[in-house]
Amino acid sequence: MTDRKEWPLWEVFIRSQHGLAHRHVGSLHAPDAEMAIKNARDVYTRRNEGVSIWVVKASDIAASSPGEKGPLFDPANSKVYRHPTFYEIPEELGHM
Amino acid sequence: MYAQMVKTGVDRIQSSEEMSPEERAFQERIDADIKIEPKEWMPEAYRKTLIRQISQHAHSEIIGMQPEGNWITRAPTLERKAILLAKVQDEAGHGLYLYCAAETLGVSRDELMEQLNSGKAKYSSIFNYPTLTWADIGAIGWLVDGAAIMNQVPLQRCSYGPYSRAMIRICKEESFHQRQGYDIMMKLARGTPEQKQMAQDALNRWWWPSLMMFGPSDADSVHSAQSMKWKIKINSNDELRQKFVDQTVPQAEYLGLTVPDPDLRWNAERGHYDFGAVDWEEFYQVIAGNGPCNRQRLRTRVKAYEEGRWVREAAEAYAAKKAARAQAKAA
Ligand SMILES: [Fe+2]
Ligand SMILES: [Fe+2]
Repeated sequence: MTDRKEWPLWEVFIRSQHGLAHRHVGSLHAPDAEMAIKNARDVYTRRNEGVSIWVVKASDIAASSPGEKGPLFDPANSKVYRHPTFYEIPEELGHM
Repeated sequence: MYAQMVKTGVDRIQSSEEMSPEERAFQERIDADIKIEPKEWMPEAYRKTLIRQISQHAHSEIIGMQPEGNWITRAPTLERKAILLAKVQDEAGHGLYLYCAAETLGVSRDELMEQLNSGKAKYSSIFNYPTLTWADIGAIGWLVDGAAIMNQVPLQRCSYGPYSRAMIRICKEESFHQRQGYDIMMKLARGTPEQKQMAQDALNRWWWPSLMMFGPSDADSVHSAQSMKWKIKINSNDELRQKFVDQTVPQAEYLGLTVPDPDLRWNAERGHYDFGAVDWEEFYQVIAGNGPCNRQRLRTRVKAYEEGRWVREAAEAYAAKKAARAQAKAA
């Protein structure tokens, strides 16, 4: 029954009503971008979940590998001064 | 459940000392509730078990459209028809979310379709029962979706990221399914004596198959123990079945309907309902392919796939033509 080439996989991103960035919601198979958007409408926005759809061929996404997690993200751990809570502001100044 | 009696390929549970360093690190992450993501290292048995479980779950959603689809053209009102259409369309969506989750484990969609269409794949026993009257549509939403929710809510916390995320989406949509079913039952139960009898008849026929959905007791199953250790199964079958009975009996009473179980009674000491023995012989017959509708379900499934072939081919030809044009223009 599998006498055909499988349709490419598309990753689907939806922007919700409230001005937030597009968010990854899932994926689907479609022969081309146009059909991918049409299918994404039916699969991922049946309840007004979005006002805009992006689809990207999964094979076009470059991803960091799980093995790189340490070298990529550990350096941020030691930089606590990047967070506002690092600084103590006198209470009498009020909100800052 | 939508995935019943999933084998893990293990014959006993490994102790921590027996595990390789990789396996131990993997188990520690699961114990710490850290999600496992697609490209990360995982034991082969975990991967294979998940493919089996998620694909069975997906196949159930897809086949599950048939018993309800049977009534779309005969729904009693336009509103009921629109609701049923939306519900069945959701189930198609659930199947698609789950196939995608399974594919992240390295199985292809074509392989999954082939397993389903060839009859090799399993799906939930419940969808091999016929929908004889409109009341069955009420009973399915109320009982079958109700039972599915019992199982799917805890699975939102399962250890595999893509499966957990699919479950979260699905659970958001399920409560509409159960409520629309109960709404149908309420309408019938408050209707003419004939309508109420129809509701009772549907409950009579769907009650036991719904209890079977949870699968036989797995208190002594090494597969369940392993799946629980991996956190791809959260509760035991008996636990969920008891929860389902406790939740559903008062709902049946509210409808003025009788649960078809002479042994059913409240046990104040346990704080639970006691209920009669499930006919597991029937269950094993249904999963062996001998339920009332197994052959029909598969035939319908293959027919839909075959009749859609020209659409898929046309879409592919069109995509190829457009791509070739774009390439010619760029050259
Ligand atoms: Fe579903
Ligand atoms: Fe459902």
